[in-house]
Amino acid sequence: MPILTCAGLSKSFGGTKALDGVDLTLEPGRIVGLLGPNGSGKTTLLKLANGLLRPSAGKILIDGKEPGVETKKIVSYLPDRACVPDYMTGAQLMAFYGDFYSDFDASAAKAMMERFEIDGRAKIKHMSKGTREKLQLIAVMSRRARLYLLDEPIGGVDPAARDVILGTIIANYDPSATVLISTHLIADVERVLDDILFLKSGKIVLAAPAEELREKHGKSVDEIFREVFRC
Amino acid sequence: MEWKFEAGAPIYAQIVETLRVKIVSGSIRPGEKLAPVRELALEAGVNPNTMQRALTELEREGLLYTRRTSGRFVTEDAGVLDAARRDLARRKLRAFLESMGELGFTGEELLALLKSENISEEEER
Repeated sequence: MPILTCAGLSKSFGGTKALDGVDLTLEPGRIVGLLGPNGSGKTTLLKLANGLLRPSAGKILIDGKEPGVETKKIVSYLPDRACVPDYMTGAQLMAFYGDFYSDFDASAAKAMMERFEIDGRAKIKHMSKGTREKLQLIAVMSRRARLYLLDEPIGGVDPAARDVILGTIIANYDPSATVLISTHLIADVERVLDDILFLKSGKIVLAAPAEELREKHGKSVDEIFREVFRC
Repeated sequence: MEWKFEAGAPIYAQIVETLRVKIVSGSIRPGEKLAPVRELALEAGVNPNTMQRALTELEREGLLYTRRTSGRFVTEDAGVLDAARRDLARRKLRAFLESMGELGFTGEELLALLKSENISEEEER
């Protein structure tokens, strides 16, 4: 059974259509790139999948269920902005996640903190923007979820840290889980993606395996993206 | 080992090519055990499914084989290794001849050039 299904999914804000009739199926065991320029609807789609927004029309199902308490148990979500309580220390944040989610793997979190050389005793408000982002990603990837929704996980960190973060994603997801990564930094992420989704003005304009695209066009996904979204 | 990928070609095919060279040249030795898929994927910075696909292709070619409980190994079949090595050499040679053709070299000119290059190399030694 697909882990995520959208059928005719639309979302409007006032008169603006952020998502416009999206049909989409995600299978387990895939790393999927949700790629599109700013304002194409990536964040809206992830928020709908996480139950933070309700569809204006159409349906979105996680593991066959509408987003709600049950689906949040199996979905690990990294929002596009920092939303961790910054009075806590890194270690306190991990304990907090551990209390909230029964699938939280504290030893994985500890190992990743060490890998990123983050001092668990430091307060989050004293950390740099990049360190906070890493910390939040560690919390999200330490869950043994079935669907990871990562909204711009590498947006705020330097290129060296990007590689480490992508490595962290590869190393920590369960091979039967699905990872949906939204980003516009395509050249940096394309090597880890199974499948590509191009989102343009709220519509899916291309959905295909990454390798198939490279084979067919003789170009990188990044180059294809530049062609599709040329203004 | 360090992995580099070109932009416009499937990544699995580039992995196959890199590993094939390492296997036939003996830099990964016959009978040597490979690291698990995920570890190799991490090292190369690629998707584990892509790495899996590349290894499956090398298995199909007979350069790798799987022992069900203990992992994936490089073949010890000298015949298979030698055939793969020659095949690779022929492909590289054809590409070389093609690019020399683009420069307008005839077969004889090329032979003469190779000879003189060889001699000057020996002189250097």
